[in-house]
Amino acid sequence: MAGKLHFSLVSPERELFSGDVDQVDAPGTEGDFGVLANHAPFMTTLKVGQVKVYSGGAVKVFAIEGGFADVTPEGLTILAEQAAEVAA
Amino acid sequence: MASLKEMRNRIGSVKATQKITKAMQMVAAAKLRRSQDAAQNARPYAERMASVIANLAAGVSGDGAPKLLVGTGRNDRHLVVVTSSDRGMAGGFNTSIIRAAREKINELIGQGKDVKILVVGKKARDQLKRQYGDNIVAFFEAGNPSMAGAQPVADKITELFEAGEIDVVTLAFSRFKSVVTQTPTLTQLIPAQVQDGGATIDLKGAAYEYEPGEEEILETLLPRNLTVQVLSAMLENQAGFYAAQMTAMDNATRNAGDMIASMTLQYNRSRQAQITKELIEIISGAEAL
Repeated sequence: MAGKLHFSLVSPERELFSGDVDQVDAPGTEGDFGVLANHAPFMTTLKVGQVKVYSGGAVKVFAIEGGFADVTPEGLTILAEQAAEVAA
Repeated sequence: MASLKEMRNRIGSVKATQKITKAMQMVAAAKLRRSQDAAQNARPYAERMASVIANLAAGVSGDGAPKLLVGTGRNDRHLVVVTSSDRGMAGGFNTSIIRAAREKINELIGQGKDVKILVVGKKARDQLKRQYGDNIVAFFEAGNPSMAGAQPVADKITELFEAGEIDVVTLAFSRFKSVVTQTPTLTQLIPAQVQDGGATIDLKGAAYEYEPGEEEILETLLPRNLTVQVLSAMLENQAGFYAAQMTAMDNATRNAGDMIASMTLQYNRSRQAQITKELIEIISGAEAL
């Protein structure tokens, strides 16, 4: 695996997650997508669904309701309108 | 000279007032901590949002650019959004926001612009309606700042803007610097102010890909940004309000303490004077026999 992806998930109320992870899956309005480290710059709107965060062997799942995902060389930022962690 | 009984009553009433101000101070301190956390937690979202918009705005230009970003190209009709708290007892907190807003409004009216006012918070409404009653287009209660509370305000702004009734939107609120300083601040919401420099991210030569298109994203993002800005203004206001209230009530409690001390001193002095006087009367009465 080539490096780690910096990922942060923020909602208007608070920052839910911030850290380095292996992979993030998110529900784009034009299709679900996965982001690994060194992804090309990319921006999309999100629909209601689940964001899966893979880090080491562990998987964290967040439910989100709309928002935006922004992939830059620095990492992935998801601005969710509403978000909450789903108990695994 | 007030009678002893009057003085006793007076001391009692100041003591009762002191209890109230003391209680209010403690309540404000507890609420301050919570609202300060809320304001801080909301900051990352607002900051990311601003940098994302700065990125996008750099790429979009010309006729296709959404009006919320670039404005209508005119500068004749202004909307001033004034946010305050619903309640008082916070020293000059609301007054200083309203003074800043009033200066701006008077300046715009002086330039012959058409000014509309949207107020959030009962205090701002009460203080502005006398002077600018006809300019006020909408009123919302400040309540407890939340996404659900900020949404109708942002919707109203968007509605007015899309109906073509306003060109420029300015937001007045109090920025929470620290517990002792809150600065009244005016920021421009429409046309959106894009951060200069620093915010744009180096893409290392790669091109941004957009899904769906740049403009579609901006079109959903900009109204969203409006809501977030209103929300963060309301959060900052609330934190500032409790800080101001805490300070004001702390002063009031201290003043009441000083007052009680000086009145008690005076009370004891007159009580002693009276006792002495009575003794003199009795003694001189006894001597006369």
